[in-house]
Amino acid sequence: MLSLLSIITFLPAAAALIAAVFLHGEDEVAQRNAKWLALVATLATFAISLILLFSFDPSDTGFQFVEEHAWIMGLTYKLGVDGISVLFVLLTTFLMPIAIGACWNVTHRVKEYMIAFLLLETLMIGVFVALDMVLFYLFFEAGLIPMFLIIGIWGGKNRIYAAFKFFLYTFIGSVLMLVAMIYMYGQAGTTDIPTLLSYEFDAGPITLLGWQIAGGAQTLLFLAFFASFAVKMPMWPVHTWLPDAHVQAPTAGSVVLAAVLLKMGGYGFLRFSLPMFPVGSEILAPLVLWMSAIAIVYASLVAMVQDDMKKLVAYSSVAHMGFVTMGIFAANQQGLDGAIFQMLSHGFVSGALFLVVGVVYDRMHTRDIDAYGGLVNRMPMYAAVFMLFTMANVGLPGTSGFVGEFLTFMAVFQVNTWVAAVAATGVIFSAGYGLWLYRRVIWGQLIKDSLKSITDMDLREKLMFAPLVVMTLLLGVYPALILDVISPSTEALVASYNDANGIVPEAATSLHAVTDASHETASEAAPAASSH
Amino acid sequence: MTSVDLSIALPEILLSLWAMVALLAGAYFGKDRLASALTWATVAVFILIAVLVGVQDLETHEAFGGLFVEDSFARFAKMAMLLAGAAVLVMGMDYLERAKMMKFEYPILVALSMVGMMVMVSAQDLITLYMGLELQSLALYVLAAFRRDSVKATEAGLKYFVLGALASGLLLYGASLTYGYAGTTRFDGIASVITGEHLPVGLLMGLAFMLAGLAFKVSAVPFHMWTPDVYEGAPTPVTAFFATAPKVAAMALLTRLVIDAFGAVPGDWGQIVGLLAGLSMVVGAVGALGQRNLKRLMAYSSITHMGFALLGVTAGTEAGVKATLLYMAIYLTMSVGVFAFMLTMRREGRVVSSIDDLNMLSKTQPIQALAMLVLFFSLAGVPPFLGFWAKFAVLSAVISSGYVFLAVVGVISSVIAAFYYIRVVYFMYFGTEGDPLDNDGAPAQRWMTLGAAAITILGVINLFGIEGAAAVAAQALVQ
Repeated sequence: MLSLLSIITFLPAAAALIAAVFLHGEDEVAQRNAKWLALVATLATFAISLILLFSFDPSDTGFQFVEEHAWIMGLTYKLGVDGISVLFVLLTTFLMPIAIGACWNVTHRVKEYMIAFLLLETLMIGVFVALDMVLFYLFFEAGLIPMFLIIGIWGGKNRIYAAFKFFLYTFIGSVLMLVAMIYMYGQAGTTDIPTLLSYEFDAGPITLLGWQIAGGAQTLLFLAFFASFAVKMPMWPVHTWLPDAHVQAPTAGSVVLAAVLLKMGGYGFLRFSLPMFPVGSEILAPLVLWMSAIAIVYASLVAMVQDDMKKLVAYSSVAHMGFVTMGIFAANQQGLDGAIFQMLSHGFVSGALFLVVGVVYDRMHTRDIDAYGGLVNRMPMYAAVFMLFTMANVGLPGTSGFVGEFLTFMAVFQVNTWVAAVAATGVIFSAGYGLWLYRRVIWGQLIKDSLKSITDMDLREKLMFAPLVVMTLLLGVYPALILDVISPSTEALVASYNDANGIVPEAATSLHAVTDASHETASEAAPAASSH
Repeated sequence: MTSVDLSIALPEILLSLWAMVALLAGAYFGKDRLASALTWATVAVFILIAVLVGVQDLETHEAFGGLFVEDSFARFAKMAMLLAGAAVLVMGMDYLERAKMMKFEYPILVALSMVGMMVMVSAQDLITLYMGLELQSLALYVLAAFRRDSVKATEAGLKYFVLGALASGLLLYGASLTYGYAGTTRFDGIASVITGEHLPVGLLMGLAFMLAGLAFKVSAVPFHMWTPDVYEGAPTPVTAFFATAPKVAAMALLTRLVIDAFGAVPGDWGQIVGLLAGLSMVVGAVGALGQRNLKRLMAYSSITHMGFALLGVTAGTEAGVKATLLYMAIYLTMSVGVFAFMLTMRREGRVVSSIDDLNMLSKTQPIQALAMLVLFFSLAGVPPFLGFWAKFAVLSAVISSGYVFLAVVGVISSVIAAFYYIRVVYFMYFGTEGDPLDNDGAPAQRWMTLGAAAITILGVINLFGIEGAAAVAAQALVQ
């Protein structure tokens, strides 16, 4: 049990190593071996991560399953999970077997493809379990390499442009974060995330080049981290790499990109920005809220005019990530719960939508919406699945998409009514593009000759969608599955955030009152701590 | 006394003796029959001397009345240079034999320049410094023009010589100014004259001129102009040598000069070195964007890397020196790997060096391509590879010394640089298919590329312990 997280993190990498060393050749047997190896490895990782979930204690707001070893340059190799991160680990391990299933038809350099995905899984899990800032950065950045190759080697026609754009956009955001991290290391003398969470970075105003900066170092650090996470998220106006990358990436690459890689940005906000720079966050929160609102409306409108199915889903991802940032920077209990819920739900729903696109792309080799129409006549099963995920994407009650959106709305309504009002129009637009897409692809008469012989989903595809369907519906009707795990941690986060900013929640529930009281006793005991 | 002095300088003396013996042997036995034997022997001598240097105690020894010093700092640099020199000699042999350039002077010139470099890193006096520098440079000028019948190589040699002579002149002028105002050429003597918070103008001028001369040797902007031309014109094995050991020597020398002699006023030279570092990082990154020739690309890449290494010097602290040493060691590893591969680049027997020639290398030489992918991502500073840790170390040092702006310049230029590094990966992995390169590199070259890539990956575990060695070396320099 001691090194459970290390096992989960490095099991896929070990499988990749085995594939690299022992699998040779490009014939069919070798390809099948590589696929099965990858599938078994990802399933095994998922199985082990279930142990993690079941032995996780939600009531403990600290880090659990912590492993710590000395490492190079004064850093530590430290892993651990809390209520915020544990479900992201599960999301990753849950989706990877499905992603591997989605590339079952690949025939071009299969072994390398599987190795890239397995390495990517290790790096993605690493991001969520790292408890050392630089270790986090290492996983965060290294993930670019396999994704760059996945887009570049196995992508579509314009893949080279997309791969470069993806790499350079995300790289420039993160190097600024690196500078900020090193500065924090210098200030706090440690890169240990739990220690940094309780360290108070200087928030006194400073003057830089004649500009007075409120919040001082915290604001600047916030901006540096923001540069990285906003690109990763992606937030408007730095989202432009995402549609390109999605359109060009192979189906499985899109699934992983939308379902997991984007979540790293949101996770980063929750792990670093909000708790470590509460003053800076509070100062810049209105900006972020408005950017989110613009993202929701703008991306939804852009999605509406797309001809390419994947691009449409990609823009809808940008819009949905807008809900996430909105929830996070509302900085209250519902907001954080809603943001995390929305991220997990989006992981299932958008992943599924990319798979949905992939199913018809595999058959027709086009993503052009106009090339389809009337698919329901020949693919009833497909139409049903597509319907479910479209509705979940729109946020229909009963699906997981609704819970996250509702919670974030509720949260932001308490903070900024105007933002909530603007963002609410985005929901209507999302219904617009979602249903319109569905109508154009599925309904109507099957008049196109090329579609006359199209076949419905086969067993492999059904098996891929089944777990996603179950999760979407289950979380839609019983959100407590997630909320029970994350609430204690988000509550602690909100409490420390309010504490740092001197905010006393107005409509405090009894639970909040208790925490507030304990904070007051703490600050009486240590008067120095109550200086803000 | 003299015998003690001699025993301290024993590695240098042994290497000089070997060079002379080899020269006599080569001359006596007639021309180039001995060339490859002498090369192998020189490799062995390099490795033996590296071991000899490595097993010394950790004390600091001074020789010849303080002109020459043997401390952990010098030992670290010497071992790095000797091992890199040995690696470059081994990987160049196949190339030289195919190009019919295997002359017995080659290993001897490398050995002589190595002696010069070893004197440079041990110099504790302006005169020793100049002696070592000139011995090194003269040998390198000849090496640059080693392919006598090639116009490009001769041009490279001449260009290097003329500009190098100018740099030496600047350095000497700075040294004479320093001597004039300090009254001594010894580093500790100069340090003892500096009393105030700032340097007197005369000394400042002297320092500036000396830094200009040394900046030429490390090819820092704005003294970098020779680098792309010489890298391109010189035969590839010589380019590989230029890119490795001499860079370490010049960087170590510069570090020792500013820390030992001018350590009391870090603010004064910090600005100059910081400017050199910032310019090098930006110009190196931008300059490489348009390059199609891999050798020129590596030239600009080395300019950027020297800029990063100078960041550590700019910090002026023990952590900074340690970071610079680490950076140089890691840079050496990556360069050796990349150049070992470049030496195998031939199509139908003809040497090629354009990046287009790498098209779809991953098809014909998958393992080599993977190693190059690792090395290039590492050069770009993407974690988890060693190149990232090198950058992390210097950035940490420079930020904790308060140069946050410089660090931001550094990371931005590393993003610009990332573009051309990953473009090489793009050619290897998803370019259009063309005529494949010959797949007949010598085993030594292959293994060096693979070894360098393996070190680059596995270094993330504990950096192979060189962090501790670099820390000891930095401690010896910054007391």
